Amino acid sequence: MKSETPTAKPISRSEEPKTRKSLFRSDTMQRLMAFSALIVLFIGFSLASPFFRTFENFVGILLATAVNGVLALGVTFVIITAGIDLSVGTVLTFSAVMTAVFIINWHLPIPIGILGGLLSGSLAGFINGTVISRMKIPPFIATLGMLYITKGLSLVISELHPIYFNDTPAFREMAMGSILGQIIPGFVVPNAVLILFGAAIIAHLILTRTILGRYTFALGSNEEATRLSGVNVVAWKTAVYTLCGLFAGMGGVLIASRLNSAQPALGAGYELDAIAAVVIGGTSLSGGEGTILGTIIGAFIISTLTNGLRILSVPQEWQIVITGCIVILAVFLDILRRRR
Amino acid sequence: MTDVLLRMEGIYKSFPGVQALSDAKFELRYGEVHALVGENGAGKSTLMKILGGIYHKDEGHIILEGHEVEITSPAMAQHLGISIVHQELNLMPHLTVAQNIFIGREPRTKVPFVVDDKATNEEAMRLFELLNLRLDPNTKVADLTVAKQQMVEIAKALSFNAKILVMDEPTAALTDAEIDELFSIIRQLREKGVGIVHISHRLEELKQISDRVTVMRDGKYIDTLQTNEAPIDKIISLMVGRTIYESAPELPETPNQDVVLEVRNLNRGRSLRNVNFSLKKGEILGFAGLIGAGRTEVARAIFGADTYETGEILIKGKQVYIKSPGDAVMHGIGYLSEDRKRYGLTLGMDVKENVAMASMKKFLKWFGWMDFKKTVERGKEMVKALNIKTPSLEQKVKFLSGGNQQKVVIGKWLTADTDILIFDEPTRGIDVGAKSEIYKLLNDLAHQGKSIIMISSELPEILRMSHRVVVMCEGRVTGILNAGEATQESIMKYATMRREAVLATAQ
Repeated sequence: MKSETPTAKPISRSEEPKTRKSLFRSDTMQRLMAFSALIVLFIGFSLASPFFRTFENFVGILLATAVNGVLALGVTFVIITAGIDLSVGTVLTFSAVMTAVFIINWHLPIPIGILGGLLSGSLAGFINGTVISRMKIPPFIATLGMLYITKGLSLVISELHPIYFNDTPAFREMAMGSILGQIIPGFVVPNAVLILFGAAIIAHLILTRTILGRYTFALGSNEEATRLSGVNVVAWKTAVYTLCGLFAGMGGVLIASRLNSAQPALGAGYELDAIAAVVIGGTSLSGGEGTILGTIIGAFIISTLTNGLRILSVPQEWQIVITGCIVILAVFLDILRRRR
Repeated sequence: MTDVLLRMEGIYKSFPGVQALSDAKFELRYGEVHALVGENGAGKSTLMKILGGIYHKDEGHIILEGHEVEITSPAMAQHLGISIVHQELNLMPHLTVAQNIFIGREPRTKVPFVVDDKATNEEAMRLFELLNLRLDPNTKVADLTVAKQQMVEIAKALSFNAKILVMDEPTAALTDAEIDELFSIIRQLREKGVGIVHISHRLEELKQISDRVTVMRDGKYIDTLQTNEAPIDKIISLMVGRTIYESAPELPETPNQDVVLEVRNLNRGRSLRNVNFSLKKGEILGFAGLIGAGRTEVARAIFGADTYETGEILIKGKQVYIKSPGDAVMHGIGYLSEDRKRYGLTLGMDVKENVAMASMKKFLKWFGWMDFKKTVERGKEMVKALNIKTPSLEQKVKFLSGGNQQKVVIGKWLTADTDILIFDEPTRGIDVGAKSEIYKLLNDLAHQGKSIIMISSELPEILRMSHRVVVMCEGRVTGILNAGEATQESIMKYATMRREAVLATAQ
């Protein structure tokens, strides 16, 4: 035990652990940890395979992160309120199908179709929020219900068939075209990546700079105290889930554009990847704390891992096992960090 | 019975940024009730947590029955015969009394993994007989009163054959009758030679129960006195090391001003029955009564935290409909709950955010965008005006002391421009020094024209602060007294006036 080496002055002894502990426990430290894990992954895979360290592959990782990253942004808000959203994966599917219905079946202009897709997601989120905050149904149950509802609706509306955007090449350009590539020749980064970063910056600003963000933390920190401060918690909680639905809708539009089709059977299980990204990024499931930057790093850790393992010819089944281990490890490290 | 059971000497303990204990010492004899007092943050709990193996000392010696011991874990403390009853009860409400007592060491049947409920209950009964407790081992803990739950905790602590029983604020949530019951058990234990450490903020009760009292301040040992030779004033001055704001002698004049809030025939089931009262501008209206008399229920109904069935609420003569706390805040009502941590603060957020919590809309620029400069300015103002002791505005409120947390809640309601403030047990769990500051604040607020409802279970506090006193019993207002006519006796008379008595006086 430490106490067996007494020193002359109690004061000097008390200051030493103080600086060490406060540095170790700080938020910067946490972000540094997740970020350095990402760097280590990059270096490790780069050393292991020359195919990993190509520009094309980096772009591939960025692109693979886009959809899950956007989903995880919304989930971050929900988890900070100490809630959960299991429906984002199938809400994504639903939004993709609705976008296709608007653009292909109804022949609406592409921007209107995209807006419709976003609204479809928001509507699902709004219903989640209403059921949770007004009917007082636990988030786990409410969003589990929404998972089935949107999964079923996607199949019903699409009549079980994928809907292709072959007649509207401009729609595919939205995610897969490259504005950056036009500005900087050779730097062909798909728009989907720009959209992810744009959405992340907006989410970060909402979370840290607006009243919605402030109430998101307050709800997760102490919902009853927030209510007793005169805050309309029903409305704000609904707003948080609606925002999460909006991001899921954005994910749906992105994936439809990327695949050039709305696949009614796709999307199940995406919610787990999103939750994993949020948790790896250091957001606490018990609510009250979390960052967008952490979530984005978490999403990149997952896609980098998947990408790297695939290049090293690790079978896909094993990639999934390893992702599971990483989730547990990340949360364990977080718990170690918090421990006094 | 003067043999020393336990000696702690030269104890040092530091936490990041704080020297919690320096050269602290404590001595406990067999069959002694030893009170440990000091302001919040004086180090009482830290010292006892070191004894209980929850914290590890940096330096110092613990000598138990003549042998130096190194207590490294709660399990080891238990093994050595040291049991602690914490301020927060650690019981599982869905389990029975007996299941709670023997949790983790349940008697088993011969079949592996099967617990023997019968044996568990019998063991518990044996324990209760030993302690002269009237408890049914088969009751669910959730169905017991707080006092009985406390008894369960004590029984559990003693079931480890404890030689030392530490009780951290055991009476904080108890009524007078329940405290008497607790004290009689403590006296029995003393007879049996158990050494009892009693931590409490209620100094009057220490006089009743303790043999000696040790005072701590700022993590240091100050003095140990024979309780019967130490006047309370002396203990207080040792605790705070400075003079205390005194408002007791002169009562502020009764203001004859406009009625700000009027409550008419408020009803809800059994908890609120025809509640009528009015609150004047600049007045402190005390709400007295026993626990469960319905005072908090009145406050929560007015504030819109709970609904009421029938009745009218008038603010400045106009009838208002308050359906949610949001409505109440709009009408200028603020509520400071008795349980700050659960209902008053978002503990994980910082001082300035908590101050802004009830009036976020004031701190917006456009489109929900927060104006940080404004929250910082407002936070600074409040820290200065209310003398909140915090290292910075960015300090999370969970790290502040009880008194300073209470001030943050007050700051929140002042920021929301509320004119009617409902304080529910404003000084619960707050040390003497901070208490007097809160009293001064309440008086200042009343002088500034705020109207205050103060619910309190401490009669001296009610008498010292109130212009008028509303007394409740079983959901009814049984009496409204002016400051002049209110005494402990008159208040208690109304507080125990049950239905039959009310009907009788009416006839």
